[in-house]
Amino acid sequence: MSIILSESEAKALLQKVLSYSKADECEVNILGEERGNIRYARNEVSTSGSLINQNLSVQSAFGKKVGVATIDEFSDESLQKVVRRSEELAQLAPENPEYISVLEPQTYQKSQGYFESTAAINANFRASAVGNSLDITRSENLTAAGFLDNQKGYSAMMNSKGLFAYYPSTGVNFSLTVRTPDGTGSGYVARGYSDAKKLDTTAATKIAVQKSKGSVGAKALEPGKYTVILEPTAAAVLLENIFFNFDARSADEGRSFLSKPGGKTKLNEKIVDERVNIYSDPSHPDLPGSPWSGEGLPINKMNWIEKGVVKNMVYSRYWAQKNNVKPVPFPSNVIMEGGTATMEEMIKSTKQGILVTKLWYIREVDPQTLLLTGLTRDGTFYIENGVIKHPVKNFRFNESPVIMLNNLETLGKAERVVSTESERNYLIPPMKIREFTFSSLSDAV
Amino acid sequence: MQMSGMGIGAMMLPQIPVTGSSINELQLLEPWIDAAAKKKLTEVALNAAKSKGASYTDVRIGRYLQQYLFTREKQVQNIVNAESYGIGIRVIANGTWGFSATSDVTPDGIAKCAETAVAIAKANSKFQKEPVELALQKGVGDKTWKTPIVKNAFEIPSREKIDLLMNVNGKAMENGASFVTSNLFFVNEQKYFASSDGSFIDQDIHRIWPTFTVTVTDKAAGKFKTRDAISSPMGMGYEYLDGIASEKIAGPNGLVGYRNSYDMVEDAIVAAKQAKEKMTAKSVQAGKYDLVLDPNHLGLTIHESVGHPTELDRVLGYEANYAGTSFATLDKWQSKNFAYGSKLVNIVADKTQAHTLGAVGFDDEGVPCKEWDIIKDGILVNYQAIRDQAKIIGEKESHGCCYADNWSSVQFQRMPNISLKPGTEKRSVMDMIKGVEKGIYIIGRGSYSIDQQRYNFQFGGQVFYEIKNGELAGMLDDVAYQSNTQEFWNSCTQLCDKDDYRTFGSFFDGKGQPGQVSAVSHGSSTTRFDGVNVINTGRKI
Repeated sequence: MSIILSESEAKALLQKVLSYSKADECEVNILGEERGNIRYARNEVSTSGSLINQNLSVQSAFGKKVGVATIDEFSDESLQKVVRRSEELAQLAPENPEYISVLEPQTYQKSQGYFESTAAINANFRASAVGNSLDITRSENLTAAGFLDNQKGYSAMMNSKGLFAYYPSTGVNFSLTVRTPDGTGSGYVARGYSDAKKLDTTAATKIAVQKSKGSVGAKALEPGKYTVILEPTAAAVLLENIFFNFDARSADEGRSFLSKPGGKTKLNEKIVDERVNIYSDPSHPDLPGSPWSGEGLPINKMNWIEKGVVKNMVYSRYWAQKNNVKPVPFPSNVIMEGGTATMEEMIKSTKQGILVTKLWYIREVDPQTLLLTGLTRDGTFYIENGVIKHPVKNFRFNESPVIMLNNLETLGKAERVVSTESERNYLIPPMKIREFTFSSLSDAV
Repeated sequence: MQMSGMGIGAMMLPQIPVTGSSINELQLLEPWIDAAAKKKLTEVALNAAKSKGASYTDVRIGRYLQQYLFTREKQVQNIVNAESYGIGIRVIANGTWGFSATSDVTPDGIAKCAETAVAIAKANSKFQKEPVELALQKGVGDKTWKTPIVKNAFEIPSREKIDLLMNVNGKAMENGASFVTSNLFFVNEQKYFASSDGSFIDQDIHRIWPTFTVTVTDKAAGKFKTRDAISSPMGMGYEYLDGIASEKIAGPNGLVGYRNSYDMVEDAIVAAKQAKEKMTAKSVQAGKYDLVLDPNHLGLTIHESVGHPTELDRVLGYEANYAGTSFATLDKWQSKNFAYGSKLVNIVADKTQAHTLGAVGFDDEGVPCKEWDIIKDGILVNYQAIRDQAKIIGEKESHGCCYADNWSSVQFQRMPNISLKPGTEKRSVMDMIKGVEKGIYIIGRGSYSIDQQRYNFQFGGQVFYEIKNGELAGMLDDVAYQSNTQEFWNSCTQLCDKDDYRTFGSFFDGKGQPGQVSAVSHGSSTTRFDGVNVINTGRKI
């Protein structure tokens, strides 16, 4: 059998697994994926590989006693064994007070995340995509280091109440760092798509080349508070720390940036500029995501921050039941609405500022305020009187994305970006922010 | 780069790398195929690759066992027992590396896998300008090596482990914690290496990491503080959790340093009290301070500012697209006078020190492990290299730094233990603090960030004490220090002696694309750095 099961094949297999169950309740999750990658450095291919992965996980429950077992090969004997093992584990387990009975069948919205163009990527495709990139860097006498990684797969689930869900998806990520031979210039580009037809490694490479050449001869500026224009790649790694911390339970427990004095949370409170709208929508054509969560909850369009106000938080099924609210699953994509400004307009309207194209090594300094630290990297530029004047040396920053979104000046058009920290894809606009805090200089290029 | 550690909430759990299928606890103890059978299978791969045109082949048959336990307060959140086994075959053909791996460990499956590895090497050779050249490594014949453990953690029933974590959580709550999460991580790598050089090496490697996070909240004030365990991951068995008194080092203010034995319950009690104390600690005034850094803190600074920049693959540009390159360029090393640190700074690389995460008999290229200098009397004298890099730095043999995190991952250069040698003069922590007029004493691993060439860094910690005129003057909060690597190591003015020496460790150090993890230790004694820039990280949102 193929690693990537069709909807009917997955359904048949899951039905078979459930037929072995003797537990009060049983839930089975399955996934299969094929991945391929090619890595290059010093203008040569350094490694390449492929990976086939499949996994089936069975959760059996007797009352509130729950056991989970997984298996990566699907012979009838193995499937029976994994069901028995999960049942044995459940019998031995203490009662889980947070166990919630499996869901009744649900309806899910459509999401088109599987593209034949991406599913068809093979070693030749990868080699030629990288070859196109290398042709440019070699002819420009620059040094390339890059990575291309493609994936096709599916996930599916079924439970003993008859719920069934299936979602196939594809993705390709490409990233590239181009350095000048003397190491004084460095530029970066990253692209992520569900549909490989959109991937143009030649065009992407040209951007990294331009940034690499343009960053030579960087001058030092005094650290301090500056107006910055963050390209989406730079903004994503800051903003995702907001998305990761939208859990209602942590907020209710008083240990989240969404907690507030008096044991309350910031739900329905304005926390950032009113032009900030952050939502998730699995059916968005530019960033398709799974329309269901691992427990089978439907993932529908959901506003997280609307006009600067916290509209929803993530509620696990247990926490939702305890608080008598509807469960809200963790989203499968995140989109920040953009504005209308072009990058050129944002630069043109800047009297004095810094264009940040990438940020690096982002770490949380204080979970209470979401204060983050990190550095600029691979192309940072000084803007004066509406034009880019010269490249500047890299800075370390200490800034909270919450404070940053309160200091919003302008939003550009949202585009799909790959987080250089988590590798997640988002739709994020470029943005102009005032009083962004740079705290020291770095000699790194 | 480090993988994100244990945070609060289940959202962090998927970031913990787990590979393979779950098995029941008893299966963790079942033996796999014996060394003779493994040798036969590796010979299938060696012969198949050679017949397809490989000029060099190495084969790793591995069984990787993981047991991870996760709890919060009175609850067990998850117990993972996972097993992954298979074979990874790496070849050189047409002067180019090729790699392939399979979980089908039948002779047919292995032969096919070897064939694929050779085909990949040949296909990639069209991009290769210079053929790969390996440093000489004579075959070592049949060898075995095992982590010198006293108690195999996999033999301890999980019930006992859960009892320990429940006790840890209970004691933390009794002592003022609002919340506590605690975890145990156990890893066993059973790996067999064979190469066309004539090496057949059977190794059994064990690692352990107990850790927790205590959180104290003040709901009325809308404020919370955490304190993480000051344990260290180790290359040890379950005996690490014995909490032997002779392995404890009593520090000031009730602090305890743990050498090769850890008392998790004791640390949880101290942690709860300290997290509470943090709630009212004075916010630091930014400025220059002399820092007294505990080994459980300094280990991460060594890791980021010495460990990573002296990885030869980074220096050469192989990691440029992700982890970055290095300021410690070849010309600085060639000058023989690049003052990385003050004369007191002696940093050694090693893969032999007992109880450490890096200690193995042979690396994943079959190279016997050893110790060598990286920084001697403050001067940069060497890097960390593997077989295909050794000639670049004029070495005749590899340093033995090659590692793959699984049979299915290709091996590449990974950090050995990188440790700061203790001082030779007798000096305790209190002796050191006595000499400091305006300083901060920092314990534990906090927030960390460093640029892609390892110049500029910022570190936080778990616990901070102000030092005023030679005495500790109460807890501080909102502390982080920023420095430049060379400036920082040149500000090193005092070291405690070997009696204070302990190792810090990183269990999930990330590197490469696709990412791989590795585990590494960093030893040091408490060390003083003068005039370091401290910032205040307090904000209001």
